[in-house]
Amino acid sequence: MKFAVISFPGSNCDEDLYYAIVDGLKEEAEIIPHTSTRLDGFDAVLVPGGFSYGDYLRTGAIAKFAPVMPALKAFAATGKPVLGICNGFQILTEAGLLPGSLQHNTNMQFICEPEPLRVANHNTMFTNDFAADAHITLPIAHGEGNYYCDADTLASLKANNQIVFTYSDNPNGSVDDIAGIMNEQGNVLGMMPHPERAVESLLGSSDGLGVFRSLLATFTRTV
Amino acid sequence: MQELRTEPTPEQIRDQKPYKDWGLSEDEYNLISTKLLHRLPNYTEAGLFAAMWSEHCSYKNSKHVLRKFWNKGSRVIMGPGEGAGVLDIGDDQAVVFKAESHNHPSFVEPYEGAATGVGGIIRDIFSMGAKPIASLDSLRFGELSDPKNRYLVDEVVRGIAAYGNCIGIPTVGGEIGFDSVYHGNPLVNVMCVGLMNQEDLKKGRATGTGNSIIYVGAKTGRDGINGATFASNEFSEEKEADRSAVQVGDPFMEKLLTDACLEIIHDHSDILMGIQDMGAAGLVSSSAEMASKANDSGLTMNLDLVPQRKPHMNGYEIMLSESQERMLLCVKKGEEQTVLDIFARYELDAVVVGHVTDDGMYKLTQHGEVVTNVPVSTLVDDVPEYVHEGRKPQHIVSPAKNDRPDIPDATATLKALLQQPTIASKKPVFRQYDAQVQANTVVTPGSDAAVVRVRHTNKALAMTTDCNGRYIYLDPYQGGEIAVSEAARNIVAAGGTPIGITDCLNFGSPDNPESYWSLDQSVQGIAKACELFDTPVISGNVSMYNETDGKAIYPTPMIGMVGLIEDLKYITTQDFKQAGDAVYLIGDTGDDFSGSELQKLLGQTTPSGTIRFDLDTENANQQLVKQAIRDGLLQSAHDLSEGGLGVALAEALFDRQLGFKGTTKLTNRQLFAETQSRFLVSVSAEKQAAFETLAGDKAVQLGTTTADAAVALTTADGELNADSNELNELYGGALACLLKSKD
Repeated sequence: MKFAVISFPGSNCDEDLYYAIVDGLKEEAEIIPHTSTRLDGFDAVLVPGGFSYGDYLRTGAIAKFAPVMPALKAFAATGKPVLGICNGFQILTEAGLLPGSLQHNTNMQFICEPEPLRVANHNTMFTNDFAADAHITLPIAHGEGNYYCDADTLASLKANNQIVFTYSDNPNGSVDDIAGIMNEQGNVLGMMPHPERAVESLLGSSDGLGVFRSLLATFTRTV
Repeated sequence: MQELRTEPTPEQIRDQKPYKDWGLSEDEYNLISTKLLHRLPNYTEAGLFAAMWSEHCSYKNSKHVLRKFWNKGSRVIMGPGEGAGVLDIGDDQAVVFKAESHNHPSFVEPYEGAATGVGGIIRDIFSMGAKPIASLDSLRFGELSDPKNRYLVDEVVRGIAAYGNCIGIPTVGGEIGFDSVYHGNPLVNVMCVGLMNQEDLKKGRATGTGNSIIYVGAKTGRDGINGATFASNEFSEEKEADRSAVQVGDPFMEKLLTDACLEIIHDHSDILMGIQDMGAAGLVSSSAEMASKANDSGLTMNLDLVPQRKPHMNGYEIMLSESQERMLLCVKKGEEQTVLDIFARYELDAVVVGHVTDDGMYKLTQHGEVVTNVPVSTLVDDVPEYVHEGRKPQHIVSPAKNDRPDIPDATATLKALLQQPTIASKKPVFRQYDAQVQANTVVTPGSDAAVVRVRHTNKALAMTTDCNGRYIYLDPYQGGEIAVSEAARNIVAAGGTPIGITDCLNFGSPDNPESYWSLDQSVQGIAKACELFDTPVISGNVSMYNETDGKAIYPTPMIGMVGLIEDLKYITTQDFKQAGDAVYLIGDTGDDFSGSELQKLLGQTTPSGTIRFDLDTENANQQLVKQAIRDGLLQSAHDLSEGGLGVALAEALFDRQLGFKGTTKLTNRQLFAETQSRFLVSVSAEKQAAFETLAGDKAVQLGTTTADAAVALTTADGELNADSNELNELYGGALACLLKSKD
């Protein structure tokens, strides 16, 4: 399976994602610059965390105009998996690939800590490796992770089982404890926690590997 | 609109002496004009001399003392003098590190001051060819009862977080202490650690006549002008308004600059002759040093070509600006385009501004005129060196009697100590730092030392910062030995072998004989300990003039130490792992309360008494712990520091909510003694015999960990009885509560 990791100016988790795939999952990965206009030949696209364009203006607000974005949207339209982590989640909401937006944490501070989570939907291409209702721990590291959407959007997220991860102990004020959501089609996931930082027990948790294993399992089944 | 700015003539400078405001003395000015130049320097030249001859750039007041440091050692690839020191860690890899202070700017403008402190030290690391892999911060503030200090903590922490998090370098550790002497003079010391392949090593040298000098990164503005001279003077309330001397940082720009420079270093090493950060005293310091280090080659630059943020900047402003995120490169003639193209891809300014000459002259032109033409050596090498008069402070000449405080209720004392801001959990601060980006952090902030693994090897690096100004105030020589020893103890407890140190020597004015004596003594103490632990001093900085309105801080020589963990299985943490493990205290305990947190808790704001310390005992105890870890005998290891055994025992219980039951021959008060050279370790039942054989009489079993949260320790004259969860709540909640108080 071949993963693309998109690198924007200011991305800083691109290498971590690359290593999570190559060393953790032992599959192929390539870091693709934001200037690239093609994503042909990839089986999944990962949008990494960090501070694209320095978070200037608003998180993800400038990245959505990057040259790679039309290709990313086209890739998502094919139904292949797109995973945005942290700043990647923020970019996907800014680009309109996911509903809602990410606001400042309620305490107005950056928060970095291991966060207990619940896998709210394990019937997805991103979470099928987890047991139903699994409780896992993944690190968070963000200043703007407070997910917000209006009541109608929230109702439809619930109705379509689009809420994939929830916080057990909401750290940032997110609506309904939301830590990760997917689109209606189920192939675009945005999440604030960092699975790529949790792929080996040496660093405290290997729970994040489940996300990548799920993608691999789905890919293996379909090809 | 054209601004009309008339520069004073050389004669006006001679007569009106504006250089005195820039920190240059009259004697120094006379030396320059009569002995070195044999003419009067013009306005720009006088400014360059003032900056280059400032303590911050020249170390003219401290050089004499700094020579006493020990910087040999078999691992040293690069000692002091370059951007940062470099140590061999095997496998053709090297670790690069340095610490720097940003005390003055962080007091005036704490957010930007702290942020640019992080930015500056990062440039020092990647300019050597290394990828920055971690940073640590050693911070000191006045007491939190004062709202100004709460503001400073908030802003400094926010500044460090904003810069470090954005650029993607994990902030893995550091320490924070509080004492009223730092009121009006907070310390912000940042250490950065980088990892490199030895073949990528670069130096800040402008070599090869005709080779090009390329300016890259942010445009030059009027921010930070005179920053170096600003840092080389005492502070007063009125100077607090001196905000223009503080720079503004842009971590996004620095991320691009780091990536671009490392790309050139890795892929085009053959055409890159030298690279240096523009730090203190900006363009003049970086260019003059690059020329000086290339055996006094000359250098010429055209200031009209320097990218400028503001119109009509004069030569003085361009050369002395401390605008951030700028680098100076020396590139082989004819190969400039390769370098310019790479920076263009990162959308960064890169301009050929000059070239290397062979006449040893430092020559600047602007608007078609020569605005500076002086020998490079006069700026860098001819700085006078001052040996100051030292005097032993009265409180050391005739020290007060050592305390032996009466502690009737050990439990209450422990609870109170755990809530002292210097001891209490720093989680409210540390959680604002991204400690895990780069996905290599094994041990996160809050432990004895942070641990970062070296990807694709079986090795890791342990790193820590340490200094107890209260001990150094009482005994700068032994205090210096202790600062190094405690750093080494942290490294050893984490499973590492100490391999080298950097330092930030934070002191009062060298014109104050007591400050100068303390500096000299503590440097000698540090040197002695470094030689014993085989930890050469490979980099560092000096921050004198930490005085506000005539009141100096405690001498605070911060030690930043790196250790090598040769095998990942040696990594050890401070928390007890399971119920039923035996808990041992390594090292003897005495009635050592001089400078302790207990002394402070009991109302003695200024420390008193004498310090008792023995370097050989320290070394022997460290060797024991190191060996026990290598033999696989320890479940946990924790260094005993502020608050002594009582605090260390509590801290070890918190992570897994364990309890403890035991007995000790120590008295209530000795539970809080700060006798040096001690560790608290835990050993599983099956390894106890082997551990006791190894340890002999150096370790005494205190008791056993238990599954419930009850803590019960019987002492010679009382007992400690508590619930570890309650202790954890007090310990965990104290700092947040103090920071939030509104009075």
